[in-house]
Amino acid sequence: MPAFPKKWLWVVLILAFGVPLLQPILPDAVSNYRLFLVSTMIIAAIAVLGLNLLTGFNGQISLGHGAFYAVGAYTAAILMDKLDVPYYATLPAAAVVCFAVGYLFGLPALKLEGHYLALATFALALAVPQILKYKWLEDLTGGVQGIVLSKPEVPFGLPLNEDQWLYYYCLVTMIVLFWAANNMLNSRSGRAMMAIRDHYMAADTMGINTARYKTVTFGISAAYTGIAGALSASAIAFVAPDSFNLFLSIKFLIGLVVGGVGSLTGSVVGGIFYVLVDNSAQAISTFIKNDLGLQFDISAYTIFGVLLILLMYLMPQGIVGGVYVLVRRFRRG
Amino acid sequence: MKSSRRSFVAGASAAALSGKAAFAQNKYEDGVSDTEIRIGNTNPYSGPASAYAAIGKTIDAYFKSVNEAGGINGRKVKFISMDDGYVPSKTVEVVREMVESAKIFALFQPLGTPCNNAIQKYMNTRKVPQLFVATGASKWGDPANFPWTMGYQPDYHTEAVIYARHALATVKDAKIGVLSQNDDYGRDYVGGLKEGLGKEVGRIVRSVTFEATDPTVDSQIIQLKDSGANVFMNFSGPKAAAQGIRKAADLHWKPVHYLNNISASVAAVMKPAGYENAQGIITAAYLMDATDAQWSDHAEMKTWSAWMDKWMPGANKADANHIYAYGVSFLMTETLKRCGSELTRANLMKQAAGFQKFRVPLLLPGINVSTSPTDFYPIQAVQLERFKGETWDLFGDIMHAESS
Repeated sequence: MPAFPKKWLWVVLILAFGVPLLQPILPDAVSNYRLFLVSTMIIAAIAVLGLNLLTGFNGQISLGHGAFYAVGAYTAAILMDKLDVPYYATLPAAAVVCFAVGYLFGLPALKLEGHYLALATFALALAVPQILKYKWLEDLTGGVQGIVLSKPEVPFGLPLNEDQWLYYYCLVTMIVLFWAANNMLNSRSGRAMMAIRDHYMAADTMGINTARYKTVTFGISAAYTGIAGALSASAIAFVAPDSFNLFLSIKFLIGLVVGGVGSLTGSVVGGIFYVLVDNSAQAISTFIKNDLGLQFDISAYTIFGVLLILLMYLMPQGIVGGVYVLVRRFRRG
Repeated sequence: MKSSRRSFVAGASAAALSGKAAFAQNKYEDGVSDTEIRIGNTNPYSGPASAYAAIGKTIDAYFKSVNEAGGINGRKVKFISMDDGYVPSKTVEVVREMVESAKIFALFQPLGTPCNNAIQKYMNTRKVPQLFVATGASKWGDPANFPWTMGYQPDYHTEAVIYARHALATVKDAKIGVLSQNDDYGRDYVGGLKEGLGKEVGRIVRSVTFEATDPTVDSQIIQLKDSGANVFMNFSGPKAAAQGIRKAADLHWKPVHYLNNISASVAAVMKPAGYENAQGIITAAYLMDATDAQWSDHAEMKTWSAWMDKWMPGANKADANHIYAYGVSFLMTETLKRCGSELTRANLMKQAAGFQKFRVPLLLPGINVSTSPTDFYPIQAVQLERFKGETWDLFGDIMHAESS
């Protein structure tokens, strides 16, 4: 899939940095709540990017990325809660911890392909919330009660409020991570990753150390998702095992498939999609019930499901792939 | 807004600062107008905890019935209830939406311990009431640190303390076996039990847990029987509780059996477990059970039953969540009513903290709601009851437990 055109990238970036500053002029359109919502989209986009590096670019499937997200969130939360580490220092820490966990999980996963790997990662997603509740870890993790944190404070006396600062913090992190991912994918290592995805045996024959690439990709992928988890701990200012249920992992996968497998832009679109559709599905559900006054309950999940099926029919390659096909057809016609 | 020119400047700057109009007599804050009071709520309408959705639906129906009867002091309640799926991070998201975008006046009955944990700091920073929360944890009555958060029901911790003390006082040479669900609610009970036993904590000979999703608790019951326990502390949800009672009877294990009150439903637990197997079980209750024949002629129960027929047609009346939600909605309506025309958040908390032996329907006779500026635990009393025949038999005094 093609890269995002450069000149548009600058437009998007300028908008992303400029619009929140319009808050004094447009207090309703640029409300704190919306900035917070966009921050959660950014966090989701980073998590989906992590999964995309593994699934989209390296061809390994994972149904358990919620586990790495949880490990990242808890790493950040414990560092802030027990050791008073400043919030920005938790990101590299979460990245290192998650890289280690992902790498170690990647070693036995080498022997597993396709469905078997899917099941193994699925088990990981099931196990992590239980482990977080485990009584020996309770002093550290707060058990089922979770850990209450403080929101990131605005540094250097900048004239921003908490939500604006959180937004910029997430945005800058995302840009750095996407830039790094883009560079990696366009390097020798990136090509090796994709070669393994496209034809494992051929890549092996070409002299690529497939085992090492696969485990390291697992580690990097986990690190990306872990950073997203650490950001979410700061944004929500609370972690608890119930926040990291199995459905979280499925949501990342939905974001990945809907946005576009193997596309950096697709990761952003996927992140936006799942936050947006998740919220609007509920809004549509209450709208049907309260405002249209229909006498039957349509649950938010039904609407979410219908939207998903429609999208998969209309854009089987994900939103980015679908838009690309449309643009090409339009140009040709 | 009518105003003189002089007051206009002050009024306009006040309005610009706070975004609300200053009226002559009525004092309003966000979410209140002459015709409407906006009340927010979170409930798990989806996900594994969705059995609790009955509470949100009953509250919704209750406010509809209040609105039909003319509303509260002439204002209609707009009840906005959002699904958080029992996921705390989602709770934060939807609560922020309700507070900042939908501009609710107060949050009422948000459900779930982790979900309330996640928003408590935010609500108190924002000074938006988080009123009568739907959780059995013991931490919601802390007005010194969280003046905008108030609990409602007796907490699990205190209930377990009561069982522990009763067992120590009445069972000779007690050896206690504990069955508990492996989550926050189960742990609260076990924590309370240990506290209630105090120095006698060594009397717990075996403590086993199960997951809410486990199909049976047979192996746990066998383990408990093998431990030689003569007291059975059964801290499990309705399904597991019924299975546990039946299995214990099948094994001819006859301990003194304490059952947590969330599983005290006659129709949902005792009947499927078999009345003959359930004789003598002890629980501590604060609500009437709709499926217990002794209450069927009680005036409040009749009113409730007729209300259910009209406003919740087709709902399962044996589900205790309906009783619970009806009572707490009644209390919320009364609290709003007492605010009169001074609908400020501070006044709402003041009224909520000003109940003196107030009768909420369907609480057990003799149990009332009492609060004060330093007491944010509305219901603290429970009464022990023992299962006899096909109904619960109240015994002993009403116990007023001071929560820790």
